[in-house]
Amino acid sequence: MLEKALTGSRRYWGWIFFLLAVIGVGFMFYLRQFAYGLGITGMSRDVSWGLYIGQFTFLVGVAASAVMLVVPYYLHDFKKFGKILILGEFLAVASVVMCIFFIMVDMGQPMRVMNIVLHPTPNSIMFWDAIVLNGYLLLNIVIGWTTLGADRKEVPPPTWVKPLIYLSIPWAISIHTVTAFLYAGLPGRPFWLSAIMAARFLASAFAAGPAFLIILALLVRKLTKFDPGKEPIQALGKIVTYAMITSVFFLILEVFTAFYSQIPGHMLSFEYLYAGLDGFGKMVPIMWISTVLAVVAIILLIIPGTRKNESILAFACAAVFVSLWIDKGFGLIVGGFVPNPFERVTEYWPTLPETIIAIGVWAIGFLVITVLYKVAISVREEQIESESNTH
Amino acid sequence: MSISRRDFLKIAGISSLGIGFSATDLLWKNAEAVEYMTSPKGLKAKRWAMVVDVRKFKTEGDYKRVIDICNRIHNVPDFGNTKDEVKWIWTDTFEHVFPFQQNKYLPETVQEKPFVLLCNHCDNPPCVRVCPTQATFKMKDGIVAQDYHRCIGCRFCMAACPFGARSFNWRDPRPFIKHVNPDFPTRTKGVVEKCNFCVERLEKGLRPACVEVSNGGLIFGDLADPGSEVRKILSTHYSLRRKAELGTRPSVFYIIGGDEDA
Repeated sequence: MLEKALTGSRRYWGWIFFLLAVIGVGFMFYLRQFAYGLGITGMSRDVSWGLYIGQFTFLVGVAASAVMLVVPYYLHDFKKFGKILILGEFLAVASVVMCIFFIMVDMGQPMRVMNIVLHPTPNSIMFWDAIVLNGYLLLNIVIGWTTLGADRKEVPPPTWVKPLIYLSIPWAISIHTVTAFLYAGLPGRPFWLSAIMAARFLASAFAAGPAFLIILALLVRKLTKFDPGKEPIQALGKIVTYAMITSVFFLILEVFTAFYSQIPGHMLSFEYLYAGLDGFGKMVPIMWISTVLAVVAIILLIIPGTRKNESILAFACAAVFVSLWIDKGFGLIVGGFVPNPFERVTEYWPTLPETIIAIGVWAIGFLVITVLYKVAISVREEQIESESNTH
Repeated sequence: MSISRRDFLKIAGISSLGIGFSATDLLWKNAEAVEYMTSPKGLKAKRWAMVVDVRKFKTEGDYKRVIDICNRIHNVPDFGNTKDEVKWIWTDTFEHVFPFQQNKYLPETVQEKPFVLLCNHCDNPPCVRVCPTQATFKMKDGIVAQDYHRCIGCRFCMAACPFGARSFNWRDPRPFIKHVNPDFPTRTKGVVEKCNFCVERLEKGLRPACVEVSNGGLIFGDLADPGSEVRKILSTHYSLRRKAELGTRPSVFYIIGGDEDA
């Protein structure tokens, strides 16, 4: 089936080469980082994780969100997701690929990555994260590829895939739970030390992932002969609505606990992010942009009239995506490190090389999505053609 | 040189045994302390600990001495900026060292005085718990050690440490070491490092360098030995540990004292 990615329109190849160029530039900056060290980024002794780990965390969520299509289709027999299921699974593949690259570019000694395998350490959450992420990648490649192949031949998927599909459901939950545990079990970081962290991660994931999928589905309709259909998009829209409300609700729970208890350690990070601390406030504007986008998106999503209008839905989904990207892909990480263990403020902002490297990794993700979607959509287009020929 | 079939099988057999052993290692010994061959000359303890007698630090020179000797013998680089900074032992004031025990009615001497800071060599170290490669590990004598050659630079330990004790080599440190001490390794970019309680000196029968030059301001000894100097001073003076409520059980104690003790 992969050969379908090798034939395409001029526009398709233009996009592919554009992405390759972006990846190339990113790679060149990565070589500079490789030679100089991570000091090329904005990170420091006090804020020792930044944009890279933020992107990783956010994208684990996008990957996990494929389960929002798998559960209705396989467990509730919601047939309308049948045609777009593959888009969710392939989005998961691309997201996990980006996660792995973001971990790699964040590593001080990437050449030693195999030490995780050579010295496996079950008491480290990172060990489990490596297992669940790689497992999830494999599951989605196998499931996606096999079901699409069967679809193409117009036969039911082989029976051995079913157990894998069922396995992929708790597995999706596990990837984001384990990722939340990276943060939620650290004694000296009160901003992250919250039992609701994994639940909050999942809620925001199930909003951001399907929101992105809606945008992708609308693009697919616009650019190809395959129409994902109005109803599945609307169903996804409802999922985004519920998940986004839950996500914001969980954030409010965190704010309540911090501020009603008045425990300084729990309040300070929120104060830094939303109001500034000791005169430092680099994060304040973007955190409020995130808040405003969240509120606007929720209003547009709750009102049936606006949600049912696909252009407004697309806008609301973009708002959800950007809002959660800021909140989780950036604010959550920086907030955990500010103030530092000495209650001093060191601010962080990504540098230009760091940003370009991050964009390069995103371009890798888009390249993977493009190639996989090209295959999936070509199969769908074939089906449409053969249907119209028989009628 | 060619390897005969027989030799190959021998090597393969031994290697698979090795893999088997490391698997049991993984299952049973993981979070446990690591033991290794020690020199007969070496100082031994069940639980090394340090007491910082803040009262003994009076002049700027008292701080400078302990910091300088550590930086010099451990090849700690000086980048001249806080972004790249690597620190093993340094100072900060009471409100930053004990952030939630600050009260504005403390004696001025306590509020303004710098406190010596270093790795707490916790008895229950979160940095060891989170390290995915066991590059940081707890030794039998309680020292939390760091293997610079195994560290992958993920910096999970830096997020886990509640004491800000760990530094990362954001860039090549070597050009920023004024006089390289050939007896101690320099580090490379991309790895984490911190105070090692002078494990290399203990092995030779010497106390930590900072302790030796502290004029009694830093007391080092075995917490498990009731007759040790650290136990004696802790049993007669009120002491504090940083963020003891987090349960990491720090092995660095602070005797603060008010004006009347000074």
